Amino acid sequence: MAEPLLCVENLVKRFGGIAATDHLSLEVASGELHAIIGPNGAGKTTLISQLTGQLSPSSGTIRFAGKDITRLPAWRRSRLGLARSFQVTSLLSDFTAIDNVALAAQAHDGHSFHFWRNARGETHLRDAARSALERVGLERRAEIVVSKFSHGEQRQLELAVALAARPQLLLLDEPMAGLGVTESAAMVRLLLELRREVTIVLVEHDMDAVFALADRITVLVYGRVIASGVPSAIRKDEEVKRAYLGDTHVVTRHG
Amino acid sequence: MLLVVEQFLNGLQFGLLLFLLAAGLTLVFGIMDFVNLAHGSLYMMGAYFAATFVAWTGSFVVGAILALGATLLLGIVLEYVALRHLYGRDHLDQVLGTFGLILFFNDAVRLIWGPAGLSLPLPVWLTVPVEIMPGVFYPSYRLAIIAVSLAVAVFLYILVMRTRIGMLIRAGASNREMIGALGINIKLLFTLIFGLGAALAGLAGLMQAPILTVQIGMGENILILAFVIIVIGGIGSIRGAFLAAVFVGIIDTLGRAFLPDLLRRVLSSSAASTAAPALSSMLIYLLMAIVLVLRPEGLFPANRR
Amino acid sequence: MTASLNARAAVAALVAAGLLLLPLYSQLSGNIFVLTLFTRIVIFALAASSLNLIMGYGGMMSFGHAAYLGIGGYAVGILAFEGIGSGFIQWPVALVVSALFALAIGALSLRTRGVYFIMITLAFAQMAYYVASGLSRYGGDDGLTIYKRSDFGGLIDLSSRLQFYYLCLFCLFGGIYLIWRIVNSRFGMVVQGVRSNEQRMQAIGFPATRYRLICFVISGTLCGLAGALLANNTDFVSPSVMYWTRSGDLMVMVIFGGMGSLFGPVVGTIVYLLLEESLSRITEYWALIMGPLLLLIVVFGRGGIFGLLGRLKGG
Repeated sequence: MAEPLLCVENLVKRFGGIAATDHLSLEVASGELHAIIGPNGAGKTTLISQLTGQLSPSSGTIRFAGKDITRLPAWRRSRLGLARSFQVTSLLSDFTAIDNVALAAQAHDGHSFHFWRNARGETHLRDAARSALERVGLERRAEIVVSKFSHGEQRQLELAVALAARPQLLLLDEPMAGLGVTESAAMVRLLLELRREVTIVLVEHDMDAVFALADRITVLVYGRVIASGVPSAIRKDEEVKRAYLGDTHVVTRHG
Repeated sequence: MLLVVEQFLNGLQFGLLLFLLAAGLTLVFGIMDFVNLAHGSLYMMGAYFAATFVAWTGSFVVGAILALGATLLLGIVLEYVALRHLYGRDHLDQVLGTFGLILFFNDAVRLIWGPAGLSLPLPVWLTVPVEIMPGVFYPSYRLAIIAVSLAVAVFLYILVMRTRIGMLIRAGASNREMIGALGINIKLLFTLIFGLGAALAGLAGLMQAPILTVQIGMGENILILAFVIIVIGGIGSIRGAFLAAVFVGIIDTLGRAFLPDLLRRVLSSSAASTAAPALSSMLIYLLMAIVLVLRPEGLFPANRR
Repeated sequence: MTASLNARAAVAALVAAGLLLLPLYSQLSGNIFVLTLFTRIVIFALAASSLNLIMGYGGMMSFGHAAYLGIGGYAVGILAFEGIGSGFIQWPVALVVSALFALAIGALSLRTRGVYFIMITLAFAQMAYYVASGLSRYGGDDGLTIYKRSDFGGLIDLSSRLQFYYLCLFCLFGGIYLIWRIVNSRFGMVVQGVRSNEQRMQAIGFPATRYRLICFVISGTLCGLAGALLANNTDFVSPSVMYWTRSGDLMVMVIFGGMGSLFGPVVGTIVYLLLEESLSRITEYWALIMGPLLLLIVVFGRGGIFGLLGRLKGG
C-alpha cells in the first residue's frame, strides 16, 4: 500500500471564531476500515462534510487517490469515487427505494443528458439497483415510496444508495444511529462483508461496532486528532480514556 | 451641473421612497417569512386615500394623516381576515394568494373611484422652491419627502435596534417558537409588524401621489423595483434595503436623465432614440444581474438562515 | 392508488376528446365564438404546460414565464413588420430567441433559490416588458399589428380558423408528449430528483444547476412557441402580454390543475379561462370575485384539481 487513498493535511474549518476542525491531519489506507470516534461536538460530521464537499474548509488540503480535491464541488468528488451516507437521512422521499438507488447508479453510468428513452426501462441500472437493495436486505421494499419507510429502513437505504455508485471510498456518517439491536447487528455483518470490497471511513458512536469493525481508529476531540492507531492501542491510550470520562461510551470492552 | 444636482436629488428622493416600500416588504418577509405581493396594493390605497381625504378636508396635512391611518387600518384588517391563513405556507402559495388580492384591489378601486386616475394637488406652501445651494433651487415638496423618509429610516433603526419591540422583532425572525414560549403573543406581534409594513407602504404611496398620477396598477410597477432592491440589498436586511434603495433610485433617475444624451453622442440619433428608453429601463435589472453574479445572497444579507 | 390514476386518466381522455371534437360542435351549433375561445385556451394550455415542466417537475417557481409569450410573439410580429412573413423563418427565430433568453435569465436566476428566485424571474420578465414598451419602431406601448399570419406555403393556412385551431391543438398535444418523454427520461429523473432533494443529488454525483438550467431553457422555448401561436391568434402583439400579472395568470393555471401532472395544466387553463370568461359576463368587475376565490383556493385546496382526483381513494 503505497500512497494512502485519502490524505487530509492540516484541515481547518472556522465558523466565526470557533474552529470546528482544528489542524486536522488524517490518512486512510486503501482497503482498510477506518473509524472516527469522539464525543458529541467533536466535529466528526463537519469533517465528513468537508471530505465530501458539502462544506469548504478554511484551509488545508484533501487528497484522494493522488488528486487534490480540496476545491472540487461535491458532485465531482462523487464522480471520482467518493460516496457518503448522511447522519440525518437525506433521501428522495417522494421516490421509491429502487428509484433512489437507480439514480445513484445512473449518475455513474455516463451522462444523463438523455431526453427521450425511459430511464426506468434501462435494465442494467434497475439490475444494479436491485442488487444494491439486496445487499442491504431491502429488495422486497423496492417499489415502496421512501416516505413510508421506517427509520431503520431508511438508514439501510442510505447505504444502498452509497453502494450503487460503486465507490472507491465509502464515508458512513453514523449508519447505525437510531437502529435497534437486531438492525445494528445486521448492519455490522454487512459492513464486515463490505470492508473486503471497498475502503470505508466510519463515523460511529456505537463502540461495540467500532471495535468489531475497525482496522484503525482516529479519535477526535474539539476538532483535533488526539489519537490515531490500531484498536488495541486506542483502548489503552490515556488521553482517549480521559476524553471519554463522563461520556456514556467508556472504552473498556474487547472486540 | 445644476441639472446633475437636481437629478441627483430626485434620485435620492425616489430612492428613499423606494426604501419605505422595500422596508415594509423586507420586514414582513424577514420576520414573518411572508411574501406579500399585495404590498403594492397598500401603496396604491395610500395614494387613493390621500387624494380623497385631502379633497374632503381641504387640508393636505390632515388628509395625509387620515390616509396613513386608513392604510394602517386596512393592512391590519387584511392581515386578520385573510393573510394570517397563509402564514407558514409555501412561499408559492403566499405569492398566489396575495396575487389574488392584487386583482381584487385593482377592481375594487376601479369600482369605487372609477377607471381614470386621480390627482392630488399640492398646497401652496409646499410648492415654493427652496434655495439649497447658491443659485440652485429645488422643490420644497421633494425636500419634504427626503426629510420625512430619512426620519422614518432613523425611526426604524431605533425601533429595530434599540427597543424591546425591536428585540422581539429580531428574535422573532430567528426563532418563532421561542418567542411563543416566552409568553409573548406572537399573533399580535405579527399583526403589528404587518401593520407597520402597511403604514410604510401607505406613506410611500401618499407622498408619491402629488408627483405621479394616482392610478390603478401603480402598485405593481413600483413593487417590482422594491423586489429588485431587496434582492440587491439582501432579504430581511433593513440596512441593505436602505443602501440598495438609495443606490437604485439614484442610478435609475440619473440613467433616465442622462443616458439618452450619452447614447446620442455614440450612436446615430434614431438608433439612440430607439435604444435609450429601453436601456434606461433595463439599467436597474442589469444592476441586479451583476449583483446576482457576484453575490447571490445580496450585498448586505441579514445573518439569518 | 390505481383508482386515482384511472380517474386522472379518464379526465385527461375526456378533455382530449372534447378538444378534438370541439370544431365539430362549433360547426353544428353555428357557434364560432366557442372555437376562437378554445383556440386561445389551447394556446395558454401549452404555455401552462411548459411552466409546469419547471414548476411541477423541476421545483422552480418562475414568476416570469409570460416573457416567453412576448418574445415568441414579437419574433413573429417584428419579422412580419420587416417583410419576412414566412412561418418557416419566424417560428424558428421565436424558438431560438426564447431559448437564448431563457439561457441568460436562467444562468443568472438559478444562482438563487426560493423566494429570491421568484422575485428575480419576476424582475427579468418585467425588464422584457419595459424593453418592448421602449421599442417605438414596433409600436411600443400600443403594440404591433400583424397584418398577415405566418405563411407556411401550401402546408397549412393559418387564416382558416379550423386549420389554425388544429395546429394549436397539435402543438399542445405534441408539447405534452414531449414533456412526458422528458420527464421519464434520464434527464427528467435528475430534474425531479433535484426538486426532491438537491443535496442528495449533488452527493450522488449530479451537477444540479446544469440540469435545472437546461430544463429551464426547454420550458422557455416551448412557451415561445405558444407566444408565436398567440400572436397569430390575436393578429397583434403588445408588451402587455408580458406584464408580470400575466405570469401570475400562468402560475394560477398550473396550480388550478395540479402541478406535476401531465394533463393538470390543461384542465387548470380551461377552468381558469372559462371562469374568467363567464365571470366577466356577469360583471365588469369580475376580479372582485376571482381574487378572493383564488385566495380561498390557495388556502383550502391543495394540489389543484388533479391533486383532488389523486386523493380519491384516500391515497
